[in-house]
Amino acid sequence: MPLATATPQAGFGGQVVEEVRVGERRTLDRQRFSRLFEALAGAGYSIVGPTVRDGAIVYDQIRSVEDLPIGWTDRQSGGSYRLERRGDAALFGYTVGPSSWKKYLFPARERLWTATRIGDSFTVRPEPVEPTRLAFFGMRACELSALAVTDRVFAGGPVTDPGYRTRRSSILRIAVQCGQAGGTCFCVSMGTGPGVRDGADLVLTEILDAGPHRFLLEPRTEEGAAVLSRIASELVPAAAGEARIAEAIVARTAASMGRTMEATGLRELLRENLEHPRWQLVAARCLSCTNCTMVCPTCFCSAQEEVPDLDVTKVERWRRWDSCFNLAFTELHGASVRKTGLSRYRQWLTHKLGTWHDQFGTSGCVGCGRCITWCPVGIDLTEEIGAIRAGPGPAAAPGGKP
Amino acid sequence: MPAPLRPRLAVWKFASCDGCQLSVLDLEDDLLAIADRLEIANFREASSAVVDGPYDLSLVEGSVTTPEDARRIREVRAESRVLVTIGACATAGGIQSLRNFAEFEEFRRAVYARPEYLDTLATSTPIADHVPVDFELRGCPISKHQLLEVVSAFLQGRSPNTPNESVCIECKRRGTVCVLVARGTPCLGPVTQAGCGAICPAFDRGCYGCFGPQGSPNIPSMVGRLHELGMTPGAVQRVFRTYNAMAPAFKGAADAAGAEKGTEP
Repeated sequence: MPLATATPQAGFGGQVVEEVRVGERRTLDRQRFSRLFEALAGAGYSIVGPTVRDGAIVYDQIRSVEDLPIGWTDRQSGGSYRLERRGDAALFGYTVGPSSWKKYLFPARERLWTATRIGDSFTVRPEPVEPTRLAFFGMRACELSALAVTDRVFAGGPVTDPGYRTRRSSILRIAVQCGQAGGTCFCVSMGTGPGVRDGADLVLTEILDAGPHRFLLEPRTEEGAAVLSRIASELVPAAAGEARIAEAIVARTAASMGRTMEATGLRELLRENLEHPRWQLVAARCLSCTNCTMVCPTCFCSAQEEVPDLDVTKVERWRRWDSCFNLAFTELHGASVRKTGLSRYRQWLTHKLGTWHDQFGTSGCVGCGRCITWCPVGIDLTEEIGAIRAGPGPAAAPGGKP
Repeated sequence: MPAPLRPRLAVWKFASCDGCQLSVLDLEDDLLAIADRLEIANFREASSAVVDGPYDLSLVEGSVTTPEDARRIREVRAESRVLVTIGACATAGGIQSLRNFAEFEEFRRAVYARPEYLDTLATSTPIADHVPVDFELRGCPISKHQLLEVVSAFLQGRSPNTPNESVCIECKRRGTVCVLVARGTPCLGPVTQAGCGAICPAFDRGCYGCFGPQGSPNIPSMVGRLHELGMTPGAVQRVFRTYNAMAPAFKGAADAAGAEKGTEP
């Protein structure tokens, strides 16, 4: 791939332009924003990013600026998500939707290998995984943190997942600093956002006021700089005040989180409250439907099954997303270990916020709020933690917060 | 060299619409592969050529609604090594079990000019209420992929892999946006067993519960949410009284909604 080099290169106009270096901030006008898509395509990337489908903003293949949710925003609360028009034509004026980037690295269904019987023997052919140059366009700070978590889970230990590793190796991470917080967001509590710290190749901040509609761009890696170098002639060095404007946008977002959760000592809090009466109240509401785990950007559980043909001459092993809320998830010798909804919800929450630290050295929660919004009955982990933290007395009635 | 003996398959019909038997025919090329390994000995929907029992595998469609069928299912059981019920009629009484919740005599007189010619039971009941059943395959209609899995499992001597997880997980795996959360559409997906592939939400409709209750349905919480979405107790009763009306969890939901409806002002 053409990384930034020391020599000037030809821009779109054919003129010789300077390259863009890592860390150098540039401004790109809204009218020229489509050039960023052209630069990505020119560098061989397929682009996946936010787009409107079926009443929500989802991640899917996008080809141009027009595929973005221009002028749309989302209104989120426990168990409810609605799209609404904004009063402007912002490109990133919304927060996260039901999909997460994990589907591109850890597919919902995946064939792992095929075994073929030949006489008295058999051969096993692992499913080939081709690296795809995918640009994750519009990653939020919480999602970069989630990516770091799944990197640790799938590619960090002594045993790694070859499919994840291969797909992950060719991803370009284009992050957007959030210009507004959603109703179920709590990244500030989890220390993951809304400003982008680590893990991006290129960071965008959309600036809607104080001048024309424009974007502040900051390449954080050679790969990100190489993309910008392709359109260097379209970019202007950022004026001195632009970084401060971006900081103010992030600060304003940080001050308007829809949810908060005290995150210190969660591991100990949960370990000491395994019999708290609150678990019974939340279990009475929990549907065991798996939605929270499906939308969570870090939940990684899967089921593996062999699918033989009728003669058992060929057997395929498939992996599909599974959930700790399913009875069969802990089925051993024909019976489930966690038979009650209480034990399953408690397992999920104590793992996500507590024992995840023991297993992976980090929290499993990044504060994106998806599990709150996409729970059909609006169960809110920030509310549950608040109730457990409040003490072992009679727990407050659930569902108080809209 | 003589052909090896193949296990004998029989397909039986009781009170039903024949849709699940059509799912057998709908297996197309896979049906030919099955016919290589199983002798299709008794399948009147497909062929009038019938080979007498006993049978190694019987697939039973439909519910029991007549004294004659109550007798016949015992015969079927007696000449079947493995008996698998297919579809909501056979596993949960079917839509015709709505008679169980009404005045049967009134129905008879309203529908038939000469009701005295009919010899029927006052109820429509699942096959498992009458004889031991080895495996129940859910759905209205059944999924042909799950049917193929059941037949494969029989041939290979293993348990069928038909997860009792919710429809929600199928929506999420295929990337369908939740119609309940994003549109406020009442949907039974959270309490319904997967297997259909989550077809209805993919077409912007709520789930109708065709595969019956999932492994651990939380009916009171689901019903509370349906009320919040604007459904009256009468509407909740109707939505649980469809194809799987006699499935215990759905029957309980409908009975409770009915009691609530009765106390409405």
